[in-house]
Amino acid sequence: MVASGPFDFDLCSRNAYLESKGVKPPRLTKTGTTIVGLIFKDGVVLGADTRSTSDTTVADKNCEKIHFIAPNIYCCGAGTAADTENVTGMVSSALELHRYATDRESRVVTAMTMLKSHLFRYQGHVSAALVLGGVDLRGPHLFTVYPHGSTDSLPYATMGSGSLNAMAVFEEGYKEGLDRMGAVKLVARAIRSGIFNDLGSGSNVDVCVITRGKVDYMRNYEYLMDKTVARETPVVYPPGTAPVLKEKRWKINSTRPSEAAAGGSAEAMDVS
Amino acid sequence: MSIFEYNGAAIIAMAGKECVAIGSDLRLGVQFQTLATDYKKVYRIHDKLYIGLAGLSTDAQTLFHRFVFKHNMYKLREERDMKPATFSQMVSSTLYEKRFGPYFVSPVIAGLDPDTSEPYLAGMDTIGAIETAKDFMVAGTAPDSLYGMCESMWRPNMEAEELFETVSQCLQSGSDRDALSGWGAVVFVITKDEVIARTLKGRMD
Repeated sequence: MVASGPFDFDLCSRNAYLESKGVKPPRLTKTGTTIVGLIFKDGVVLGADTRSTSDTTVADKNCEKIHFIAPNIYCCGAGTAADTENVTGMVSSALELHRYATDRESRVVTAMTMLKSHLFRYQGHVSAALVLGGVDLRGPHLFTVYPHGSTDSLPYATMGSGSLNAMAVFEEGYKEGLDRMGAVKLVARAIRSGIFNDLGSGSNVDVCVITRGKVDYMRNYEYLMDKTVARETPVVYPPGTAPVLKEKRWKINSTRPSEAAAGGSAEAMDVS
Repeated sequence: MSIFEYNGAAIIAMAGKECVAIGSDLRLGVQFQTLATDYKKVYRIHDKLYIGLAGLSTDAQTLFHRFVFKHNMYKLREERDMKPATFSQMVSSTLYEKRFGPYFVSPVIAGLDPDTSEPYLAGMDTIGAIETAKDFMVAGTAPDSLYGMCESMWRPNMEAEELFETVSQCLQSGSDRDALSGWGAVVFVITKDEVIARTLKGRMD
């Protein structure tokens, strides 16, 4: 491992060399994404779509973009999927240790500061655009965090490729002091406008309502999209269709026939 | 040229009823030149856990040996095999560590839960963004045609033999439309108490 920071830059020189020879870098899984959040009378509502994309291919039709940070804090992530997943995971475990050390509920500003200092350190190369929301002793908080490390504190916020669609809905429908029902409905409508009008976003609506002492994570709050076609007569290949040249079988936890070992399989380690 | 198209690969994993199958093609090439036709891209971690590694073969081999090393270290500490979900977290963090200089590999993980025999399927991009699936997972040089086959052929609750035929057809037909993969295939079907490994004949062009 390297001396400082969580990353290892070993392969950078090789990859840069390959790139100089005209090799294109690999395509990463992006969230595409419409993510939103708003503050209502008793807390915060977060919302997200559930599509993840790899270039123009839909990689996952029902992924989770609302990440756990602390029992009273959640965070929606847009951008490179691996970055949002790991940056929220890092902050989540750091806060858990902090809670054990201090025996106090985590604050939303603490999470926000940890996120922005990590993102700023990497100058936007860790591409995570986040909507962070939670309720702590100072009441409900909602922040947006940009990949370069800047933050906003707002009553309602949107992020991702569908942010304009969602913001149009918020600008039209947001009022201060909404009740829970109205807030959830507005959030779902904002996400829907991203799902249907932005190609980077799609599938279903996830909603998370955070109030003092209670979290209501509604996974697939609106299940909008399923397969539209199901084969009436599914294609069933009868046994023996595939041209088998060789077959090896072995009972699990018994000795394997050696030729059947998968490519490059290493010697089994003796741990008795 | 993308570095993913240097060696060529086609990998499919699919879930059935208390069973999973994972298979790969057998070609190893350097761009359009075929070097070997018995090169498996699916590796065994333990009897109920397999990983398929598509992409640059040199990185795939390096990574596989790192995974075996880490799995052995885990076994020494814990005196048990890794569960599929644990293993894929390990794979993910191994890849994300190289966030700014990645291994050119996209993994597919297939396994059975040791207690419930629930199938576990996951795929990842080169920097370890996990994507779990209930139905199927693909990787390689022709993911689009593999996706197309799987999307129309997969059905829920397949038994081991049905699952084998489905994976085989999807893999073969999918890779027939890809110049860089093919030359036969290998399919592993993992059930509660047995592993079946079959080598298939395929087009040789």
